[in-house]
Amino acid sequence: MRVIKPGLRLKSAVCSTEVMVIRAPAGEAQLSCGGVEMLAIGESPSAATPPDPAHAQGSLIGKRYVDAEERFELLCTKGGEGSLSLNGASLTVKQAKALPSSD
Amino acid sequence: MNLALLLDMAADAFGERLAVSCGGHGLSYAALRRAAHAAARQLAGGRFAHAALLDTNGLAPPVALFASAYAGVPYVPLNYRLTSAELEGLLRRVAPAWLVSPRAQLARLALPANVTPADPSALVAAAPLTEELAPEPSSDPGAIAIQLFTSGTTGTPKAAVLRHENIMAYVLGSVEFGAAGAEEAALVAVPPYHIAGISAVLSSTYCGRRIVMLPSFEPAEWLRLLGQERVTHAFVVPTMLVRIMDCLAQVPGRTSFPALRAIAYGGGRMPLAVIERALRVFPGVDFTNAYGLTETSATVCLLSPEDHRAAAASPDPQVRRRLGSVGKPLPSVEVQVRDAAGTVLSQQQSGMVFVRGAQVAGEYRGVGSLLDAAGWFATQDRGWVDAEGYLFLEGRADDLIVRGGENISPGEIEEVLLAHPAVADAVVVAVPSDQWGEAVGAVVVVRSGTTTSAEALQEWVRARLRSSRVPERVLFRSELPYNEMGKIPRRLVREELLSQD
Repeated sequence: MRVIKPGLRLKSAVCSTEVMVIRAPAGEAQLSCGGVEMLAIGESPSAATPPDPAHAQGSLIGKRYVDAEERFELLCTKGGEGSLSLNGASLTVKQAKALPSSD
Repeated sequence: MNLALLLDMAADAFGERLAVSCGGHGLSYAALRRAAHAAARQLAGGRFAHAALLDTNGLAPPVALFASAYAGVPYVPLNYRLTSAELEGLLRRVAPAWLVSPRAQLARLALPANVTPADPSALVAAAPLTEELAPEPSSDPGAIAIQLFTSGTTGTPKAAVLRHENIMAYVLGSVEFGAAGAEEAALVAVPPYHIAGISAVLSSTYCGRRIVMLPSFEPAEWLRLLGQERVTHAFVVPTMLVRIMDCLAQVPGRTSFPALRAIAYGGGRMPLAVIERALRVFPGVDFTNAYGLTETSATVCLLSPEDHRAAAASPDPQVRRRLGSVGKPLPSVEVQVRDAAGTVLSQQQSGMVFVRGAQVAGEYRGVGSLLDAAGWFATQDRGWVDAEGYLFLEGRADDLIVRGGENISPGEIEEVLLAHPAVADAVVVAVPSDQWGEAVGAVVVVRSGTTTSAEALQEWVRARLRSSRVPERVLFRSELPYNEMGKIPRRLVREELLSQD
């Protein structure tokens, strides 16, 4: 568990995935990738473990991931093999509403 | 949260794609990052309070912009059209500073002692040479990313501050990562010191659309690049669009640009006659009106291509007039219209336009935040919202003409004057009046090959608007004093009208 706030960047303990928090309610939560809790950018994983096969559907760079209520939103800044989950529940890709280019 | 992340993601995901090209030279996303890293190492370490740029569009401005972000030093692009004395004044305000500028620009300046010049071509040349990494960019979302001096018509320019969190809210909220096809190219003709020139670099990088830089806008060159570079997207200010269409009209046969898909416009009021003409001249092209301010990290409202088509095709005047609107707020932005007492107005009522959202900075150096307690920013633009939520702008609050207690927006009178067959261009300002306090004055450019008179134009306006709108004074000129962003300094127009007494 850690305090999740917008701007926070985390990396996977089991693959190359990195995320940045776009939106989060106040308080603590457990963000995992590949079934293992994610680390701060500067931290090192305690042991090299592969992603849990139940959480290995992958994460894609540039996609936004949300929980069912869309209270949390993460931007995947580096893709990897592990898939993202929050407090044990899988996060899903948020469908982007296409806007016309304005610049 | 740091805007360097935009380039990091692009370089990681499609590093070998061409990021930016200019005059036969180009940088891939990977090369742009290498060049930005090399420059960031010169910049970092606390020697410099700001990273300034005094240069035209090219490869160096994107390098300097991202280098500043990697180094955690605010980026300050300066207006190269200012006088030497004005630029020296601004440099003293940002010193100790690093200054990216070509020798030709530096030659006209007496640089303050603690300003260290850097050559733009050396910045770009570093791209293939370096593999060393930049310092890890600061993750403080509240750090200042960009400082832009506003073009204030009076007094000392104000320094508008944009923080990383503001800029990132705009880009991440309005652009889809990697969404551009490999064939897409955006033609950038607005200068690098304007918010639209900066947001073009950031948005294009994040969506993976190659930027084609035009160092200095000229319509024939813009059209040539459109064809040569197979440009798919472009941003223009309204006056550029007029000059482009006039240029096109003089070159028979050059009317088809099969690659061109979309033109976005903003930075000033788009006259109805101009956008109607543009829809005819570029029939297959998507037009988007983007309304935004420096203080709002670029676009806050959009009139979409579908809105343009629906308005142009509609027999309903309520729908048709939307061609003259700036559209609806971005999903992450809210808009409110308030009266002078601060009361929120309902639809159709005119007042001051307020905006709110994470991208809205509304802050100046030495002044602080101008947001109210609930986070709303007064744009200083007057306008109103129609029944479907489309925002219509009437002009800057300062430009409002108050005639005998009645508020008159110059825009509606300009629109009527521009619809006259003999009027090529027109600007309306307040002039002092003994009877009314203020009255309406107009400066008009007559279309070549036609004639008209002050009396004929007054009659034209009287037939279409209330009598209070009829210009009391009309002055004829061969052109209007537009600046390079297509804006008319109304103070100059007012002074010219008064000097005719």
